[in-house]
Amino acid sequence: MEGLYAFCVGLLTACGIFLTLRGRSFSVVMGLTLLSYAVNLFLFASGRLKLNAAAVLGQSEQYSDPLPQALVLTAIVIGFAMTAFAVILAMRARADLGNDHVDGVLPAQPGDPTYKSGGHH
Amino acid sequence: MQHLSIFPILIPLLFGAIMLLPPISRDISSQRISSIVGTLFLLASSAVLLFKVDNEGVQLYALGGWQAPFGIALVADRISSLLVLLTSFLAFAVMLYSISGKDKGGAYFHPLFMFQIMGINGAFLTGDIFNLFVFFEVLLIASYALLIHAGGKQKTQAAMHYVILNLVGSSLFLFGLGILYGTLGTLNMADMAIKVGQLEGETATLAKTGALLLLVVFGLKAAMLPMHFWLPKTYASASAPVAALFAIMTKVGIYSIFRVYTVIFGEHAGELANIATPWLWPLALLTILIGSIGVFASPNIRTMSANLVIVSSGSLLACAAINSEAATSAAFYYMVHSTLASAGLFLLADVMARQRGKAEDRFVHSRLFVQPRLLGVAFAISALALIGMPPLSGFVGKIMILQATQSTAQTMWVWPLILIGSLAALVTFSRAGTTLFWRHNGSASSDAEPAKANEIVGIGLLLLASPILVLFGGEISEFTQQAAHYLHDIQSSAYDLLPGVTQ
Repeated sequence: MEGLYAFCVGLLTACGIFLTLRGRSFSVVMGLTLLSYAVNLFLFASGRLKLNAAAVLGQSEQYSDPLPQALVLTAIVIGFAMTAFAVILAMRARADLGNDHVDGVLPAQPGDPTYKSGGHH
Repeated sequence: MQHLSIFPILIPLLFGAIMLLPPISRDISSQRISSIVGTLFLLASSAVLLFKVDNEGVQLYALGGWQAPFGIALVADRISSLLVLLTSFLAFAVMLYSISGKDKGGAYFHPLFMFQIMGINGAFLTGDIFNLFVFFEVLLIASYALLIHAGGKQKTQAAMHYVILNLVGSSLFLFGLGILYGTLGTLNMADMAIKVGQLEGETATLAKTGALLLLVVFGLKAAMLPMHFWLPKTYASASAPVAALFAIMTKVGIYSIFRVYTVIFGEHAGELANIATPWLWPLALLTILIGSIGVFASPNIRTMSANLVIVSSGSLLACAAINSEAATSAAFYYMVHSTLASAGLFLLADVMARQRGKAEDRFVHSRLFVQPRLLGVAFAISALALIGMPPLSGFVGKIMILQATQSTAQTMWVWPLILIGSLAALVTFSRAGTTLFWRHNGSASSDAEPAKANEIVGIGLLLLASPILVLFGGEISEFTQQAAHYLHDIQSSAYDLLPGVTQ
């Protein structure tokens, strides 16, 4: 179970980092979302993975650490708010700057040196 | 009063929340009054807190009565209460500047300002590392919205970079925290400092990964070398009061570096002792160098002051790398000086830009200022302070840093770079001053607005701090020395904060 779990967290992180390094704001926002999923799973695992263990004393023979679950809740709330903000900002940038590149300017295309801004063609 | 330590967090929260409610939220003038009243309350309570900490020692506040290490504790020691007072003073001066029109560019300036202060004060006061993350997020989300205050293409463009970088930073912060919690089993900083010495072998390596991930995050906030590219554009495009308030944001990163890598991963950390030092040395020195190059290349005052913020970050990181009591003490003196002086310059740049028409604050020939004498004197004071020339506080701060170097190798690297940084500032300030004040053509523009009384008082307060830091230099440096001693002494900064735990 641990191996599969670690693989999933690693895959999510790798995809998240790949997407945040892209140039368009949509894929960057997707990347940030994947990163925050990876972080939430990772934080959850920092209290060790256990089967048949409630987070309440006396409910089962062994118990699991309740603190990471509280941390994950906090992280989910904050991550959700931040993603919402990033989406709104990306839409604002698309409206203000006329394109959805994270730099606000589209890089010049090879055969078209004057091609600068996506908003004027 | 036992609840005094939480006032610097509660006051801005309360005032910020009240300003979002109907009677006040519709009326800008009552918002301004409540902002001024709020920052005055904050200033008073931070001053009382500092006085109390200085007389009675560390104030430990267990939130909800849950004792550390199980609950979240606020720790008001000399360093955190000094920085909280610095934040409150900066907030008051900047708020005084912004109430005459700079706050009208967008809605919710006043509540956001208060929430940002709340986040900064909370980050300084907390003794729990996950709580530090939460307060980082509070100050960040307020700063995202404040950055685009008054709108415009440049601000949106800068905000995209700033927000995305900091969101990635927050994810890394959580990864680091997860690793540290998984290996140490605690999030209370004092408890971590005690437990980290027992780690060995693979667990220690894992904890080292977590600790260095945190260094990346704090380095991003503090504008440490490969992560400084966002800063000049962000600070130069933000509206003046926001940029002035942001002057303390890099210091939150530096403070966290001091707190985490002196107390937790300091000399007592066993296998993990002083893990940040080998990374901090080259990065700090290169940060000073790249900041100095940026200062030389700046086309206007705002970009120049943003690059000066990078230089001062580099100097402070060098103090963290030297890692001795004298260096820590120098760093906190210099931190107070550089925050206030660079905030003053950001505000001054805005006043100057408004009197020069289209030339704004660029170093080009333009019209005469409406108030050349007033602005000239203010510019000269802030230049002397930021270059580090006697008799102002920049000189004292830089001398303290230079004196803190211990070995010949340290002196060989730190002295030239700090002095090159000063030279870059000197050259650029002279070039700027002569162009702005002496090479004008024609008379003052008719539509230029002279600085209003409250703006002059706001800038004056920030600039006056520099001579005051020199006049009371003895008392202040003695205070920072005690603070540094506290931070380097594991008994007082860790064991004394946990009831029932002894060395």
